[in-house]
Amino acid sequence: MSNLNTTAGRPPAPAKIKLPRVNGRYLWPLLGLFLLLAVNLAITPEFFRIEIQDGRLYGSLIDVLNRSAPVALLAIGMTLVIATGGIDLSVGATMAIAGAVCANLIVGGVDSIFLVVAAGLAAGLMAGAVNGGLVSYMGIQPIVATLILMVAGRGIAQLINAGQIVTFQSEAFAFIGTGTLLGLPFPIVLVLIVFALVQLLMRKTALGLFVESVGCNAGASYYLGINQRAVKIVAYCIAGICAALAGMISAADIQGSDANNAGLWLELDAILAVVIGGASLMGGRFSIPLSIVGVLVIQCLGTTIIMSGLPAKFNLLIKAVVVIFVLLLQSPLFQQQMGALFARFQKRTNTEAKV
Amino acid sequence: MKISQFLPAAMVLVLCASHSALATTIGFSQVGSESGWRTSFSESVKAEAKKRGIELKFSDAQQKQENQIKAVRSFIAQGVDAIMIAPVVETGWKPVLREAKRARIPVVILDRNVDASGDGLFLTRIASDFVEEGRRAARWLMDETDGNCRILELQGTVGATAAIDRMKGFNEVIADFPDATIVRSQTGEFTRTKGKEVMEAMLKAENGGRDICALWSHNDEMAIGAIQAIKEAGLKPGTDMLVVSVDGVPDYFKAMADGDANATVELNPHLGAPAFDVIEAYLKGDRKVEKLITTTGDLFTQATAAEEYAKRAGK
Repeated sequence: MSNLNTTAGRPPAPAKIKLPRVNGRYLWPLLGLFLLLAVNLAITPEFFRIEIQDGRLYGSLIDVLNRSAPVALLAIGMTLVIATGGIDLSVGATMAIAGAVCANLIVGGVDSIFLVVAAGLAAGLMAGAVNGGLVSYMGIQPIVATLILMVAGRGIAQLINAGQIVTFQSEAFAFIGTGTLLGLPFPIVLVLIVFALVQLLMRKTALGLFVESVGCNAGASYYLGINQRAVKIVAYCIAGICAALAGMISAADIQGSDANNAGLWLELDAILAVVIGGASLMGGRFSIPLSIVGVLVIQCLGTTIIMSGLPAKFNLLIKAVVVIFVLLLQSPLFQQQMGALFARFQKRTNTEAKV
Repeated sequence: MKISQFLPAAMVLVLCASHSALATTIGFSQVGSESGWRTSFSESVKAEAKKRGIELKFSDAQQKQENQIKAVRSFIAQGVDAIMIAPVVETGWKPVLREAKRARIPVVILDRNVDASGDGLFLTRIASDFVEEGRRAARWLMDETDGNCRILELQGTVGATAAIDRMKGFNEVIADFPDATIVRSQTGEFTRTKGKEVMEAMLKAENGGRDICALWSHNDEMAIGAIQAIKEAGLKPGTDMLVVSVDGVPDYFKAMADGDANATVELNPHLGAPAFDVIEAYLKGDRKVEKLITTTGDLFTQATAAEEYAKRAGK
């Protein structure tokens, strides 16, 4: 009897948590972002000033969007890869390869900007295909398979650049990083385009469902007739292409390809962004818009630290504290405990008021 | 067949042996060739050895300490007259340095430090004086602005010796000028991308940079990134805002030639000449050697930037 009672008593509890979580999935990461923006408002009111200078929007908020473009692109690809239950550590190195390929083609005298961009994208696609092939056909653990390219990729980029920083002069290519379209910096436009394309692909075709199904249970998906290998390869290829675009933005931004530093550790920022966005690292649950919110939280934080004028040695610590806070906000258990604490506090004040 | 294969090799060996009997032989274990600066450092040592008629045995360790230790052991086995090491890390050198000492071969450390000072395991260390670099940059800026300047600072990687010491030297000099202040200081991690990103944010935090007189960057790469940020903020780097930095990479000379940057203190890659001076004196019997010999590169300005760029880019 008592057994029956406890099992019968259980189901409502998850249902209770589930209700706020469905709403909360969008609420909590956004709340984190708004809190950060509020802190900025307190520190520097100028943060929200946006003016038009030389025909482009100019201001800190635009900077945050512009600077987050490479990580946002990485995060879009990373979201899909993580949704299939994988992880891609090589995107930072892929950025360096794509940047190096483009820079060397320009220096080598290729005038056609389309050819340069196509070559960069091809490099990214190839990197993605290698990762996807290793993971799906060779059955290698994603973290190991992509670690290979994470290490080797930077070496390949250094080889292409012959160990130097290759600088170039190309108005057309520089546009990718510093150009303006419709008053917005071009990287932001690029992110919007990629975001719209991938989001449509995921939510308006069956591919999104396939990705989630493979992430939840690859074996079951296989028996349902889903070609799980192809789905995984597609996810890694999209991640590779996104990384190549990010690499081109960062190379175009400084008009040079720095194989040692381009995209260094950005794969970790991308993973962090996806996690802040509430995706499950086990796969199966993902939201690209929320990953973008995660990117904005990270970038906004970086800008906040610089604007606040705190000594540089605090940077990483502050970042860690804020990330923990944002992740805690999303934890159902934490929410529950905070709620209970709040309720108890309220009760006490109520009883005190009565007395 | 076999003998005929060995014959040329044997002849070369004999020739080498006879050659080294005449000239001083010095083994040099270099870290690798990870940056343009490192490459010019190696080239400079080789050129200097050639000029002095020293036979240099050069070994590139590809960033690995075990390769360096192997190279040093082989130098000892070959019985060179002296060994120079540009170490990749500070620790782990004592055993191999002891072996060299037992073989009575003097060792000179170049560039980075080793954690074996006070034990008399090496003759001397020759390195760039980062503090002095900071001082020189500051002195130039104070001369240029009569000591009245609001400065933005781009630091190197947090905790790096170069960043700490350059900051120390710079601050030491501007402490004497009450009207000179560093209004904002952040790390750009020694890279171009971060330099640009951080500069963008600092300019916005400081009213678009209109009241800022100069940018002081701990290396040229960050300064090059920051120059682009200054341009995008609608200011003219080099005139509206002075730019002073350390390193002397070719791209920065180009920026100076174009009028976008003002001055840089060269990170001296010519460590070969002082090292050979010390070794030659020691081998002649001069046992009084300073434990640390510092060198500082010259400060370059726009005046000579164009010809310096031609010289460096051609290399």
